[in-house]
Amino acid sequence: MSYIGIIITFVFINNFILTQFLGLCPFIGVSRKTDSAVGMGFAVIFVMSMASLATWAVYRLILVPLNIEYLQTISFILIIAALVQLVEMVIIKISPPLYKALGIYLPLITTNCAVLGIALIGVRSNYNALESFVAGIAAGLGFLLAIVVMSTIRERLDREWVPKPFRGVPIAFITAGLMALAFMAFDKALLKNLLG
Amino acid sequence: MFNEFTKGIFKENPIFIILLGLCPTLAVSTQVVNALGMGAGVIFVLLGSEIFVSLLKDFIPERIRIPAFIVIIASFVTIVDLVMQAYAPSLSKSLGVFVQLIVVNCIILGRAEAFASKRKLGESLLDALGMGVGFTLGLLLISAIREILGAGTITLFAVGSFDGVIRIPGLVSQPARVLALAPGALLVIGFLKALFNWLEMRKQSREAWAAEAAPAPSEGGAS
Repeated sequence: MSYIGIIITFVFINNFILTQFLGLCPFIGVSRKTDSAVGMGFAVIFVMSMASLATWAVYRLILVPLNIEYLQTISFILIIAALVQLVEMVIIKISPPLYKALGIYLPLITTNCAVLGIALIGVRSNYNALESFVAGIAAGLGFLLAIVVMSTIRERLDREWVPKPFRGVPIAFITAGLMALAFMAFDKALLKNLLG
Repeated sequence: MFNEFTKGIFKENPIFIILLGLCPTLAVSTQVVNALGMGAGVIFVLLGSEIFVSLLKDFIPERIRIPAFIVIIASFVTIVDLVMQAYAPSLSKSLGVFVQLIVVNCIILGRAEAFASKRKLGESLLDALGMGVGFTLGLLLISAIREILGAGTITLFAVGSFDGVIRIPGLVSQPARVLALAPGALLVIGFLKALFNWLEMRKQSREAWAAEAAPAPSEGGAS
């Protein structure tokens, strides 16, 4: 698949949150305010692209030659955890303002299913190094898009009257459901029309 | 002691009350059989990791406990993944990447960190069973709603001449298909969560009302 195809697929057609349900915990948890949603989104893009590249390298260069592919779950989760720690340390050193913006979200990302998800999906789809990297960025962009749209809707919703039992999480889920309904317009046929 | 078991099913149900482990819940709840398979996998991983964490808690240094827990959990997830691929290939295929994603299911790390790393083996075992069963029941409820209304069927395991699919007359021909698709999952869990909130609120207001009303009869009796 072409790189543009991968980007369109992961941002719109297979949007991680709205069609694959990966990364829902931060999506519901951090989408109250637009500022924090943007911070979380960029942190996820950063970690996902790094993680898909790193896990690709470990899978192709270590696990496959040694014939120990069955260790992928364990090794991937450890790579992601180590990577998040590393990213955190590097950001503290290089750019304290960036750390201030992203810092609190980084530990949350370790147990974000979206990051392990993109690593596993990359392996299952037999992507090469650059394709995995692009898929990681695209899936992160899809996450950013969904969480930012969601947070703007939720900021509006805070000022509206919502029936008591629906306040907070339930209305957030129903909003997400309606967004997912809208995203159903993006399907494989659209990709075909766009790329021929 | 028995309370450790039942709290996971009702009072602290991982899906509806503390909202943990949502990603797999929504993704695999398209068919009842998927919910059963996923539930079994999660119960096994929860049991295995809570037992191991509880046994090893005195040997794991405080600073590296989270990575250590993750390795324990990932080992059990790998076992589930391989066993499922070997003995239930069709189930493994329809659950897809979500079997391996059990490793990042917040329920498991959450219970290991919050419960098993502090308690004795027996309590951890009951906690794991309760949480696992609570998770499975929640998953079953969501998948039953989605499959019955969204496809008009209930898919179970195929046994003998029975193909494993129960068709509900009237619904099979005209299902509300949107519920079986991605948006349906989010809508169903939103409405269910609201229902549970409403039940909780009703219970609280009843208790408040009962507390207020309690002295009334004695007063009435006096006059």
